[in-house]
Amino acid sequence: MSVSMPKKARLRKQLGSWLGSAFTTGLALLWSVPVIWALVASFRPANDAISRGDVWFGSSFTVENYVRAWSLAPFGQYYINTIFVVVIILAVQLITIILAGFAFANYQFLGKKWVFFFVLLQMMIPTSALLAPNFATIRQLGIFDTRLAIAIPYFGSAFGTFLMRQAFLEVPRDLVDAGIMDGCSWWQLIVHVYLPPSVPTLIAFGLSSATWHWNEFLWPLIITNSDKSRPLTAGLVRFTQLGEIGAQWSLLTAATLMVIAPLFIVFLVFQRRFIQSFLHSGLK
Amino acid sequence: MENQAARKPFKPLPYLLILPTAIFVAVFTVWPVLLSVYQGFFRQRMNIAKFREPSWIGLGNYIDLFQDPYFIKVIGNTLKYIIGTVPISIILGFLFALLVNRKVRGVGFFRLAFFHPMVLPMVSAATIWLFFFTPDYGLFNTALRFLGYTGPENWTGNPNLALLSVIIVAIWKNSGYYMIFYLAGLQNLPGEVFEAAALDGANDWQILWKITFPLMRRTTLFISTVAFIDAFRTIDHIFVLTTGGPSRASTVLLFELWSQRFEYQDIGVSAAITVIFVVILLAFTITNFLVSERKEA
Repeated sequence: MSVSMPKKARLRKQLGSWLGSAFTTGLALLWSVPVIWALVASFRPANDAISRGDVWFGSSFTVENYVRAWSLAPFGQYYINTIFVVVIILAVQLITIILAGFAFANYQFLGKKWVFFFVLLQMMIPTSALLAPNFATIRQLGIFDTRLAIAIPYFGSAFGTFLMRQAFLEVPRDLVDAGIMDGCSWWQLIVHVYLPPSVPTLIAFGLSSATWHWNEFLWPLIITNSDKSRPLTAGLVRFTQLGEIGAQWSLLTAATLMVIAPLFIVFLVFQRRFIQSFLHSGLK
Repeated sequence: MENQAARKPFKPLPYLLILPTAIFVAVFTVWPVLLSVYQGFFRQRMNIAKFREPSWIGLGNYIDLFQDPYFIKVIGNTLKYIIGTVPISIILGFLFALLVNRKVRGVGFFRLAFFHPMVLPMVSAATIWLFFFTPDYGLFNTALRFLGYTGPENWTGNPNLALLSVIIVAIWKNSGYYMIFYLAGLQNLPGEVFEAAALDGANDWQILWKITFPLMRRTTLFISTVAFIDAFRTIDHIFVLTTGGPSRASTVLLFELWSQRFEYQDIGVSAAITVIFVVILLAFTITNFLVSERKEA
């Protein structure tokens, strides 16, 4: 009896863990169905009509949907626009958040608390809530329907400033003092003392910023009016509404995957980093 | 010491370093709020000739809004959307975290499976789901029929189902995001507590409810904040799935703001909605801040 009990318990535990794995696998597959289906359907011949029970593999494998989607809308231009917006936002943000984060971490100055609170206002009121008045501002600036207009509201980042300040505060004060003794100017302090240990934070911020702006839709939708500035997301929605597309699912999925692909591939390669950066970026 | 610090000469450098950030915050966060407060007191519609020039109507826009049954419906939809998305995504996020926080094979794939929707643009996710919600051959309907469902199948076009379809997509997209916060929380839990509990003969359920869940309270509070704000500010999928319809059945506050401004060209009303929106968000953030500060103390 005393021998069989632990055996039974172990068996139960084994069974429990096995059931747990089966349940997890089922749920994980269920969660992946949308993207897997889209991938499969995008290679289905366009004239293989989708019908009840026949929505996955078609009669043959083809890339014609991608070719046609590419020719029906200027996806090349959309790519350029999205990449331009993502890069310019990130480039400017890196400068502004490093400078501001440094100021908040390194100096004591009059009204510091209030200035910090002022900057943090941006985190309390999401930009999407302010799309109507910001639209008016963009009009006033005379940059409506440009890629700059998509990017400019994000040039300053309270969240990034906050992250950099946190990272810079971690740098030991002794190291900073040593730098000052060596005659470092303020920008040399940033480059040689503050930045090297803060690279992980920069990468985390960069990944979440790039993801966020690659995926953004609402603001670009209202602030662009032509293909010369329209990014992928707004282009895709326009594409789905083209009269000649209708319910051609293989064509739609091909276009959808073209929008997803570059960022998604980067995500698959740097998965760990990505998840880390999203973890960081939630700390607002 | 303090006196010395106070007598230090004024140095402009820190202010100059913050200036670029402060300018962008001023122009794109503070100014638009002030502009909306101001414009909210005027009647101005760009597509009606006699209302093109703004005229002062005091609280008229606000009074009109709260007497408009459509706007009340929008508020109701927003509440339903929040109640429909926030708790379920959080519970799923917690469940996912528990499932992938085990040392089993394939855990990397599980994590990827639950998290990947987060990286997709919402409009792409919604385009794929548009197919799933299609009557007859859409996979969502096929699965439901398999489970015995016999109700209406035109999810995005049915006034009773449109909001639900939007909610489903949001849950699918966000749960994996909340998972990673719980996962980080779970991995920071003190192992000894669990060992002690196991030695005392507590079973897995008791450990989960009596120990794990209470220890996750802070994480849950934090995720709730993130989820709540997400629910308010993301409407991309509504554009793809339902465009707010049918007859505003799936219109939430931000979508209403968009359509007042860009469909009805109503500057005054959209400014008033912006103000209402900002007040809700600020009230929420400040309450949250006060609650968490009190806990710290």
